[in-house]
Amino acid sequence: MSRNPLIREVPPTSWYFRHPRYLRYMAREITSLFVGAYCVFLVFAMQSLAAGQSSYEAFLVALRSPASIIFHLLALAAALYHAATWFNATQKAMPIQRGEEFVPGKLISGAHYLAWAVLSIVILFIAGVF
Amino acid sequence: MKERLVRLEVLRYNPDTDTAAHFQRYEVSCPEEGVVLDALNKIKETIDPTLNYRWSCHMAVCGSCGMMINGEPKLSCHAFLREYDGVIRVEPLAHFPIERDLVTAPDDFIEKLKRVKPYLIPKAPKPISEGEYLQTPAQLKKYHRFTLCINCMLCYAACPEYGLTPKFIGPAAISLAHRYNQDSRDGGRDERQEIIASKEGVWECTFVGACSEVCPAHVDPASALQQVKIASSIDWFKEHLLPGGGK
Amino acid sequence: MAKSNKPIIWFPFAAGGTVIAFFIPVIVLLTLLAALGHVPAGLNYDSMRALAGSGLGKLAIFVVIALSLWSSAHRLRCTCYDFGLRADKLVANVLYLAAGAGIIATAVYLLRI
Repeated sequence: MSRNPLIREVPPTSWYFRHPRYLRYMAREITSLFVGAYCVFLVFAMQSLAAGQSSYEAFLVALRSPASIIFHLLALAAALYHAATWFNATQKAMPIQRGEEFVPGKLISGAHYLAWAVLSIVILFIAGVF
Repeated sequence: MKERLVRLEVLRYNPDTDTAAHFQRYEVSCPEEGVVLDALNKIKETIDPTLNYRWSCHMAVCGSCGMMINGEPKLSCHAFLREYDGVIRVEPLAHFPIERDLVTAPDDFIEKLKRVKPYLIPKAPKPISEGEYLQTPAQLKKYHRFTLCINCMLCYAACPEYGLTPKFIGPAAISLAHRYNQDSRDGGRDERQEIIASKEGVWECTFVGACSEVCPAHVDPASALQQVKIASSIDWFKEHLLPGGGK
Repeated sequence: MAKSNKPIIWFPFAAGGTVIAFFIPVIVLLTLLAALGHVPAGLNYDSMRALAGSGLGKLAIFVVIALSLWSSAHRLRCTCYDFGLRADKLVANVLYLAAGAGIIATAVYLLRI
């Protein structure tokens, strides 16, 4: 049995500085703040849409501020980092065994990236961006 | 054989005389293709016989020599001196109480390994007269990766959730439970679910993934834990939404 | 040590994380274009009214916003804990209630269209 064990406390607010992988993890987790904020923005967008044409168009005009653009750039960066880390993680969460071999992880993640690219292009096309 | 001068800064703690840990500097000459464990052995043999640390196989299969080397959980027999510059900081494995110097108290880990029922629980009793269990290579492949664990505890040292919430059952123990759950000979999944699908089981995991990054045996515990989360969720919905609990 | 009810929180989180990954980047891009003064045709009132006016459109918009809100709330709860904010029950209640409010609001607005 332990004679006089020494306990090292984990610093609860700075443990993630101990290694770059923890900083990357925190960056991934913090995307939820920006993505969440953007979702709240989408709720307001739906409110203005439901309130009628003048309300919705005023909403679109109000979007054109520098603060809004910066918010969008942050939200875009967060959404992209979330997507990349999520697609990379799928190969671990859903291993596919075919007979004695497993489908290579890169194929699983790659398929997600491909589907995401196709979906995004289709949505941009339907929205009339090109 | 070329030698290199190795400088180590090693954490020292004597439970009989110390109230806190301190660092001690050592300098030894080692073969340049050696490992940190070689440096520790040379220190103990020629400079300071009071230095305490665990080791055994010196080839990354026994799991005894885990420690923090420049802040990273590694097997000291697997930490090549050529990969380090300057002074190498050597500390006991994080998230475990220090017994003495580089020796930690692994009691919590051992208890958790035992808790998850890491043994075959057959679906029905099978007497020897009925012969052996048959298993195809594909059935073996399904769980084989998770049998490779050498119980080195590096994953517990790397896992920040274990560091913040010590009652978390942890990567190796849950991966071990998953190993048996995936074994075609086993029928004990329901029993193990009671343990690993609890709050301090898999649900403490936030998929940091550090465990798989540091694992020297390539067990990929992060993958096991995500699979357990998905399986546990499907279980939960079956139990709560299907008539008769999906049984 | 009974089995936890965490799946009721985690499963929608996982579904929402997938929805966010596939849909949110392109949606942000669309509203970013609007913010830069080039409102895509699909984002003008008539197109959006037509989309949200259909049953399928309402469902699609609702699923995307609802699951994304829930997923962000859960991840933010875990992030707070990781940042050292230990009042987990309080944080969880606040965030899940906020997400719930957003989800209900979305449904109400969509049903008005």
